[in-house]
This record gives sequence, structure tokens and C-alpha cells, in this order.
Amino acid sequence: MERKVHVQTTINGEPAEFLCEPRQSLLECLRDILNLTGTKEGCNDGNCGACTVTMDGRIVTSCLVLGVEAEGAEITTIEGIARGNELHPLQKAFLEEAALQCGICTPGFIVAAKALLDQEPHPTEERIRWWLANNLCRCTGYDKIVKAVQKAAQEVTL
Amino acid sequence: MSTQYNVIGTRPIRHDGADKVTGRALYGADIQLNGLLHGAILRSPHAHARIKRIDTSKAEALPGVKAVATAADFPAAGDKIVDLGEGATPLSYIRGNVLAQGKVLYRGHAIAGVAATSAHIAEEAASLIEVEYEVLPCTLTAPDAMKDGAPILHEDLHMQEFGKKTDKVNNVADHFRFSIGDAEKGFEEADLIIEREFHTSTVHQGYIEPHNATVLWNNDGRVQVWTSTQGSFVVRDTTACILDLPVAQVKVTPMEIGGGFGGKIPVYLEPVAAVLSKKSGRPVKIVMTRKDVFEASGPTPGSYIRAKIGAKRDGTFTAAQAYLAYEAGAYPGAMVGPGAMCIFAAYDIKNVTVDGYDVVVNKPSTAAYRAPGATNAAFAAESVVDEIAEKLGIDPVDIRLKNAAKEGTQRVDGPKYRRVGCVEVLQAIKASEHYNAPLGGPNRGRGIGIGFWFNVGLPSSCTISVNADGSVNLVEGSTDIGGTRTSIAMQAAEVLGIPAEQVHPSVVDTDSIGFTAVTGGSRTTFATGWAAIEAARDIVRQMKERAAKLWETEPAEVNFENGVFSKNGKSMPFAELASKIGETGGPIVGRGAVNPRGVGGSFAGAIADVEVDPETGKTQVVRFTSIQDVGKAIHPAYVEGQMQGGSVQGIGWGLNEEYYMDTTGTMRNSSLLDYRMPTALDLPMIETIIVEVPNPGHPFGVRGVGEANIVPPPAALANAIHQAAGVRLRTLPMKPSTIMEAVWAK
Repeated sequence: MERKVHVQTTINGEPAEFLCEPRQSLLECLRDILNLTGTKEGCNDGNCGACTVTMDGRIVTSCLVLGVEAEGAEITTIEGIARGNELHPLQKAFLEEAALQCGICTPGFIVAAKALLDQEPHPTEERIRWWLANNLCRCTGYDKIVKAVQKAAQEVTL
Repeated sequence: MSTQYNVIGTRPIRHDGADKVTGRALYGADIQLNGLLHGAILRSPHAHARIKRIDTSKAEALPGVKAVATAADFPAAGDKIVDLGEGATPLSYIRGNVLAQGKVLYRGHAIAGVAATSAHIAEEAASLIEVEYEVLPCTLTAPDAMKDGAPILHEDLHMQEFGKKTDKVNNVADHFRFSIGDAEKGFEEADLIIEREFHTSTVHQGYIEPHNATVLWNNDGRVQVWTSTQGSFVVRDTTACILDLPVAQVKVTPMEIGGGFGGKIPVYLEPVAAVLSKKSGRPVKIVMTRKDVFEASGPTPGSYIRAKIGAKRDGTFTAAQAYLAYEAGAYPGAMVGPGAMCIFAAYDIKNVTVDGYDVVVNKPSTAAYRAPGATNAAFAAESVVDEIAEKLGIDPVDIRLKNAAKEGTQRVDGPKYRRVGCVEVLQAIKASEHYNAPLGGPNRGRGIGIGFWFNVGLPSSCTISVNADGSVNLVEGSTDIGGTRTSIAMQAAEVLGIPAEQVHPSVVDTDSIGFTAVTGGSRTTFATGWAAIEAARDIVRQMKERAAKLWETEPAEVNFENGVFSKNGKSMPFAELASKIGETGGPIVGRGAVNPRGVGGSFAGAIADVEVDPETGKTQVVRFTSIQDVGKAIHPAYVEGQMQGGSVQGIGWGLNEEYYMDTTGTMRNSSLLDYRMPTALDLPMIETIIVEVPNPGHPFGVRGVGEANIVPPPAALANAIHQAAGVRLRTLPMKPSTIMEAVWAK
């Protein structure tokens, strides 16, 4: 086994540190070391988007980032989207619009959609579909997800 | 009949919603236990080979490895036949698929399991296991596997024909025939007969969450399982069967499940993790890789189908005939039976013969996929119907309406329909804005298709206990894949006259609830919902006794309506009476245990508008509507969601998805990049039209909504592509190269 590496980072606004093997992905570190299991593994090769988190404001698939790369970075996961006890408008809209069925892809979609609304408060339907094309959902056919993002976009601007 | 409901038909927030949008919900792979080991599975690199020797010594010697398991660690299976919910099957097949014994039958077939202190070490150790193979020739499609001289998968498999075992040893596990009337005579009466051949590719259910299992073989001999499954009792019974344990020695806790669609009914990992846990004395978690999911968990059968329909000039169908050969994969059970029953199920045809062949091939053992068998079949039948309509100059909806199945229509396998909504679905298509809208551009076409799925009943259990604050706790055993906690809770709420939010549903482990069959067959809202209705009625009965006690009268004298108990001007709302249960006799627990008949079949339709790029053959779906008779929509938003999700899976099946196999039986596209499921960018909004023809066999008219919606889309797309590009495609998927080849051949 490789000697473990000490990583200092910021997760959901709080300083965090952990020991990981150099070969461990950020996804593994979040789930298995930090017990932040809201970030999901669907494919482990960057193609399903279930493990989407933001790293210094950019969305990344955490299965394709090494844990050691989190050194000094700011990571936001699904656990950091709600403001305390108050759900983010996207989380509310996903519930009101029934935009999830099994829910396994939902954390990735919400993290990715929030990154979109943070930089573009008024995306078109086409833009939402383009932005979310790296997040696979097999249950909903995307209709209600797109509508939930549209609804949240209205609420964010209000 | 118009019934007013208070809760049914509304759209409350799902009870597990907050957990699922915050990342708190715990799915199978999320479980962490003290001392947890991680497992990995060694899988066959060959599609067909004899295992000559397995040497695990190097793997066992790797630091961090705690246990290694092979099929030799399972108790001997013998030739026991078991029924674990999907029909009678030799235990040796179920066990042999979990860990190969003697032979590997497909690439990805599990051979050994390893448990180690980390997943990386386990993977490394699996690669150190030495296996000596005698590679055998493989056979990959039903037509090839049925040829004389094809490589034989199971030397002990005797073909069954028309219900009887024969002496023939080949790859056909079963040949059966359904017949009504006289098809030959019916074709003689026809003015037009169309017969066509169809091929459909193997496709995967494509749930985003890989299979997983965590097992602790405890020191007291009890085996505890945490897993993502459609049926916790199936996992319990299968695991117990393979390990030769009494069923109640296994306890299964169903974790949240990240999609299933039929593919999370079979057991793959649990018995292996159990053996590894027994050997190591520690809990063991195994999670499949995505490649494993494709190569080793059940896809749905590829198929070869011939369909023939005869019609009179006025469009009346006089006869139909079909030949369906479905690829079961490595072990028998291709769901060709349902395919054969469904192929002409939407039509009232007096003379029909259908032959079905269940064929084993060197691909992963197939599993159910949303209306299993019916989508392949409808692609064939609905394409032929469309061609007949075109040749006779009749509108595609009108020809279907003329022949539509209705109450009393006899299906080819014998049963006559009770009240069904086929005609209403077709009328809804005809009346829809979509069907009557202009196409809006060149290279566009519109197609329709319809399809049928039976839905099932099967056993379910539910208990409800009353809280002093007027809320109730509902306990059930159906794993919730798409919002069924809520659709079940809503039915209890309706009976109790309380809001849906006052019901707190929990899905619990197999020790804590009565037997409940799988979440599948569109049965959960129907059957477990019914168990909840029974449990709620039991509560009403007991609460009437309490009210009678308070009012010093007989329970039969107490009325209950809209959540209020009353008698002679005295009245008490549910919550008020609930606050008095302590003083009137103690806790109230209602129970419901059902095995309902009265299942209501569901018809669905699809309208697809496509635009086909004349230069590349790429098909864009520009507009899509799903229409389905659901009986009664308990929670319309989740009903729409089922229709939209099933439609989009059907679109993927129709246009993109396939197991792209090379001649050695290796899947060349076993990643989510190359196995291209539809993304948000590929699709328009999916419009829905909910048709409600109440099922007379359910207290609230529920039919079930999960499956029929996937049946029509590939056919509707084929018919739309025909109008757009002038070619009829009879092979799935209808990918750009297939379309261009057809265009060039014209």
C-alpha cells in the first residue's frame, strides 16, 4: 500500500482534512473517508454525472478527480446546497415538480443545476438541457427535471 | 361514475423527498459498518469456456486479503427446482449464474470473489487468481444458436416442446404455441397479407446505481443483508436457497434503490458476500463496476420476430401469426411468453397463432425490463399494422380503432379482457392536439404505436399504527423506486380521511413486515396500496369500537365519513378520537395482507414526431406524447413521471441503445459513454395524456402505470421515420447507419 497523503481542503464552507492513498479518487474520499455519501457513484468513469460536485466553482465529476487534488480547493457537495434547515430553491422545485423518482441521480443534477443558475440566472430550456447533458437520469425522461430548474430559476430571481 | 376523493388525485410532496434532495437518503452502497471489508469479483474474459483449474493462492497471499470464495464454497445444489417469484427454475441455474461452476457461459460470468481491507486491494487480488480455461466456440443470437451444429451451452438442457420434455439437446429451452381460431382460414379471408421479419438488439435497463450488496454472517449464524433490490424477500429466499439455510435465518434490509426497471430482481452478489463474510468473520460490501453491470447483470433479450397480419379491404384484421425467438442469455427464461401473449394483445382478432422460442446464447442471463418481452413484440406488430394502414389508405388510428381490443376480446393465450381502455387510449390519441398539429418542417414524420401490459397482483403486507396526535405510521415491504411510499400512503390517507402528510410510511426489513412480492409488474401502487387500504379499514373498524365505547353504543351504530366519526349528532374527528385511544383500550394497529386478483391490464400509446437528417441519418425526436390508461392516477405527477420515463427508455431502445458485440462475445461498448442512453439534450419535453378507465378489480380503480408506456415508442418511431425518410426499418436500434443503408438501398 502506498503511504497515505495528508490533504487540507474546504468542503461545504468548512475546513476539512483527511488522509488518502494517492490512487483514491475524490469521490472515494468524500464517500468512504469523510462519510459524505450524498455524492453517488454511477459509473466511476465520468460518464453519468451522479458524482458531480463543484471544485472552486466549476462542476467536476469527482470520480475523475484524485483526492490529493482537493488540496487547497473549495469543494461543494450536495450536503452543502441547503442553507441550514432551509432547502435551496432547486431542492424545493425538484420536490414540487416531482423531478426525481429513484433519486440516485438527483444530488448530481442539483449540484450541476445550481452551478448553472449561479452564473446564468435565466437559462433557456435548450441551455438547461445542454448544461445537464452530462448528468444521466434513467427514470424521469428529464421533462420534470428541466421544468424544476426553470421553476427554480424564477424563484432565484424573485 | 364520478367519485370525489380528498387525497387521491392530488400531488403531495413525497415523504422521502427531503432525504433525497439533500443527499441524506442511504442507498445500498452508502452503508458503512464497523470492520467492513470490500469485495471484488473475478469475471470471465471468455464468452464460453470450460474452467479447468482455479488457483487462488496468490490472491490469498496478498496483504490485506481476508477471504476468497469460489463456487466450491456453496453447498451442493443438486437438481432442486425452486420458485423464487419468477417461475420454476433449477437452483443450479440461479446458483451457477452467481458463481460459475464447470463452465463460463458469457463474458463477465462471475468466477470468484475476494474480500479485502480496501476495494483496490480486492481488485488487485482478483486479478491474481489464476484460471485455466478451455475456450469453446460461442453463439450470440437466437437464429444462430438454433442452427444445427451450434455450440451447446447446457449439455443437460432438454428442449421442452408444447409443454413436454423432448430428447433433443439444443439451445432451445422451450418452444410453445398459443392459438385461437384458425389462422390459416383467417388468412384466406384476407384481401391483404403483410408478413415481415424483425431483429432487435440486446439492451440494458440502465439504472444509474450499480448492483451492490453488504452482508454480515453473524456469530449466531444469522445472515444480515443490506442491498438495493426490487424485492427484499426475493433476495432473502434466493440467498437462503443458495446457502441452504432456513429462510428466516437471512434478514434483508432494503436500502434506497437507484433504479431497477426489472433488472434489480435477480440476485448476483449477496451469496458471494455472505460466503466471504463467513470466511472472514467481518461484514463484506461488494459494488459492481459499470462494466460489470453491462456484462454481467441482466439485460433484456435481443430477438428475432416474424409477424404476419391479414386484413380485409375495409381494414378488418382477419388473422395474425407470429414467430418469436428471444435470447435468454446464458440460462433459460427469455420472457418470450409475455412477448407472445402481448404481440397482438391490442387487437380483437379471431384467428391467431403465435410460436415462441426461449433460446440460450452466450450473453448475460437476461432479466425483466419494464413490460418484459412486450416492447420487442409491439415493434414488430405495430410496424406491420402501420404498413397495412398505409397500403389500404386508412388512417393509422382508425385502423387500430376498428380492430381494438375491448371488454370480452379473447387474447391468444386464452383469457378474455374485463373492462380495458384500449379504445379510450386510441380516442385520446385521435383527439389530441399533437396528432392534429402540422409537422412543422421538412424531413419530418409522425408515427403512432400502441401496446399492452398485463400488470400483476401478488402478495403484499402492510401495518398501520395510530399515533395519539392523529397521524399514523405505515409500515410496508415494497421498496420504493419511484414514489410508491407516497402513492401507498395516499390510499391509506383516503380511507382514514386524513391528509397524506399525516401518514408516515416506512419500508422495512424482512423481519419486520409480512411477505411482500417484488416492486415490479406495475403492482406496488395496486397491491401494496390495497394492503394499505385493508390496514386502514381495519383501523376504522377498531376506532368505531372506541367511539362506541365513548358514546355507549354499538360499533355498528357509528358512522365514519371524511375523517369524522359520528352518531346521533355527536361527532369526533379522527385526530380527536386518536388522542383518546389510550383511555379507550390502548394501541390501535391495523393490518392488511393481500394477494389480490382483479389485476387490470394497461394499454398505452405513443405519438412520435421525428426529423431525420437526410445526409447523416440522425433522428431527432421533435415532439413526443405518451398516452396511457392507468385506471386511476393516485399521484398524477408520479404517474406522468412513469409515462415520461418509460417513453424515454423506449426512445433509447428505438434509436440508440444496443449491446455491440464482437464475434468473440465481447461487448465493445460497455460504458455509459458508448452505450448511449438518451441525455437531456437529445429530447423534447415528453407530453402525457392520462386516460382513466377505472379497474373494476381495485377499490380505487388502480391498474398500475410502470410498464405499458415503454411498449409503443420503438414502433411509433419506426412509423415516424418511415414518413420522414421513406424507409421502413425492421431492426433495432434505428441508428443513423441503419437508416442511411436503408435509404441508399432504396
